[in-house]
Amino acid sequence: MPRIVVDVMPKPEILDPQGKAIVGALPRLGFTSFSAVRQGKRFELTVDGEVTDAILAQAREAAETLLSNPVIEDVVNVEVVEA
Amino acid sequence: MTELPLIGEAPVAAESRLNGARIGVVTFPGTLDDRDAARAVRLAGGTAVALWHADTELADVDAVVIPGGFSYGDYLRAGAISRFAPLMSKIIDAANSDAKLPVLGICNGFQILTESHLLPGSMIKNDHLKFLCRDQVLRVENNTTAWTADYEAGQEILVPLKNQDGQYIADDKTLDALEAEGRVAFRYVGFNPNGSRRDIAGITNAAGNVVGLMPHPEHAVEPGFGPESNSGTDGLGFFTSVLNKIVGGAK
Repeated sequence: MPRIVVDVMPKPEILDPQGKAIVGALPRLGFTSFSAVRQGKRFELTVDGEVTDAILAQAREAAETLLSNPVIEDVVNVEVVEA
Repeated sequence: MTELPLIGEAPVAAESRLNGARIGVVTFPGTLDDRDAARAVRLAGGTAVALWHADTELADVDAVVIPGGFSYGDYLRAGAISRFAPLMSKIIDAANSDAKLPVLGICNGFQILTESHLLPGSMIKNDHLKFLCRDQVLRVENNTTAWTADYEAGQEILVPLKNQDGQYIADDKTLDALEAEGRVAFRYVGFNPNGSRRDIAGITNAAGNVVGLMPHPEHAVEPGFGPESNSGTDGLGFFTSVLNKIVGGAK
């Protein structure tokens, strides 16, 4: 089954408290090369059958209305992945 | 085993003239504070009406409280899934209608109201990343809304605060507009518990019928059960304000 992958990230200007906590934990495990972390979300929408343009458009609309909140987040990627 | 009533017994306030006012309290899967909100309505003298998120009618209520909790487990984003509940469409339409249904969102209810775009901005995780529960001083910045008219402008009140995603954020343009239009309803005093922009604890829409805040006035309505350092009933004014507005009574 093909899937539509939607990636959502906090807006660049918004401080990401979770990312800040993660970057603080990395050096404690010896990972010292990373100066910043931002945590986002990945959604996988399974489609029964072919992904048509109309279905992709629906996914984009769902991404903007439900999967992300435009006040605090950006949809950074919508793509089709064959299983 | 006796069945617990959905809305607990509460002593009826002296002002029985308010009994005719019906305040709906919405329960979503994962709501926690619906009983306390209903009890606050009754202690203030009104009639509490239990509403279910899947209802498609507002049951002729005169106002609605969207209480706190973790509806849908805060999955996706706090309030994001509840915002699309059937009853929310009715509430959004009624709040935006000429009748201007009074709506109060507390904590998770505030999050649902921002996700519904009835109020601007959004809530993200507390800047210190921890769940925080404390008694919190707030200043009433706007006492002209449906839910704050029984307070004095600038009055400081003490109510419980308990949340994890309580950091209020919006872009500077929105924050400037909120301040210029007097739509910051409450500010944190003395201590900003979550990193909220400009110490904002609660806001109102332009019409003053929709108010949301992170702290919990419904937990400070009865002596002996609210904050201990004062009467513990500073939150009652939210509920008397809206009841007095509904019955058209003067303060």
